[in-house]
Amino acid sequence: MTFLRQSLAIAAKDLRSEIRTKEALNASLAFAVVIFLLFSFAFDPANLNIDVNDYAGGLLWLAFAFAGALALNRSFARELQNDCLDALVASPAAPGVLFLGKALANFALLLAVEIVSLAVFSVLYDVRLRAQLGWIVLVMFLTTWAITVIGTAFSALTVNLRMRELMLPILTYPFLIPALLAAILLTADLFAGKPISAGNAIWLRVLVAFDVIFSLLSVVFIDIVLVG
Amino acid sequence: MESPLWSATPSRCALDVEGVWKYYGDFPALREINLQVATGSTVALLGRNGAGKTTLLRILAGLSKPTQGKVSVKGADARQESTRRRIGVLGHGIALYDELSAIENLLLFARLYGVPQPVKRSDEMLERTGLDRVRDGLVREFSRGMRQRLAVARVFLHDPDLLLLDEPFTALDDRAIAVLHSMLAETHRRGGTVVMSTHQLREALELATHVVLIQRGQIAFAGERRQEMLDDVGWLYRTYGDN
Repeated sequence: MTFLRQSLAIAAKDLRSEIRTKEALNASLAFAVVIFLLFSFAFDPANLNIDVNDYAGGLLWLAFAFAGALALNRSFARELQNDCLDALVASPAAPGVLFLGKALANFALLLAVEIVSLAVFSVLYDVRLRAQLGWIVLVMFLTTWAITVIGTAFSALTVNLRMRELMLPILTYPFLIPALLAAILLTADLFAGKPISAGNAIWLRVLVAFDVIFSLLSVVFIDIVLVG
Repeated sequence: MESPLWSATPSRCALDVEGVWKYYGDFPALREINLQVATGSTVALLGRNGAGKTTLLRILAGLSKPTQGKVSVKGADARQESTRRRIGVLGHGIALYDELSAIENLLLFARLYGVPQPVKRSDEMLERTGLDRVRDGLVREFSRGMRQRLAVARVFLHDPDLLLLDEPFTALDDRAIAVLHSMLAETHRRGGTVVMSTHQLREALELATHVVLIQRGQIAFAGERRQEMLDDVGWLYRTYGDN
């Protein structure tokens, strides 16, 4: 219980700071919306020769992954101001608490960005969200957690690097390939009106396994990342 | 050269540093540090810039791991949760969030340290540091002196037994120094242990019961504070220093 309570205290602190500054929120939301807008010019959804559902899943998750990197870069970097990271590491809270708290705050932040940009996306690309909304929400939750866990862990790893804005995406995206691949294939099916069934459930299992494995690894190894 | 150890029986030993080395790449920042600090003592960690004071304090605080050697606090590992609960750390930065209010900052750390009645305790500390009137003000709007007093409130919030202070008097205003003095005196009365690195010799020597001089990562002197040190603050460096 203490672990969860302390994690929620960290998450609340991060969200409160973000709501007051809106640094990561504005940047990642603007980025996602601009990407969708630019791609809508490149792939004209009104063109009858193109089935929007063929590329919508890929487009959606690539934009979310790029926008996520902008938000996640700030996660541990905001602790550098006034040496706050030292105070957190010196506190009796386990390093896993710090990781989980930050991951929860990042998850809420990314979800907020995704919900707003998904609404924009559905208007620009005329995709069918309602038919499979439950499954779309589930895939969104699982993939967002995958991006969050990997991004938060690497945000901690790169926090003291001068080139952290560059290093974070370089390190994060290769690890995210299985999760993004699963999300893209599932989302494409769901946009095409196909529910999750025996044929594509394997990708849902990949997402669940990815989330569980990397969450556990991150909580266990974050101490090495933060203290060495 | 004087022995780098002073006696402290195991039960009275607040801090035990055994054969600690710390390398940054090939550079040895600390070389074979052996130190035992008795409970209730106030140790002034002296040395020139780059001598290794901050590195040693970071290792004692569990913020960095020694390349070799062992540090124990009251017989336990410095990174253990129960150990960290007893330590108060004031580093170079104030370790406060600019976008949070004074009370939000203290409540966060009170919850991380498991302080009973966190709101009451945080309010008490704000009152003691003269910040109760700006309880809900954002730290980014505070003056430098107010930020420093809030940092002091954060360090003492959980009544630590062991205080690790890195240059605590540097850049503090008079009021913040007075607050810090009164809280250090209270810690001393409670039998708490203080280890502080500083360049302000006069200030440190007046408070210290023991003195450790570090030079190029090694202990050049460790022992009780002597009258000569108070009479002439340069005496220690002249007698035990390089020059």
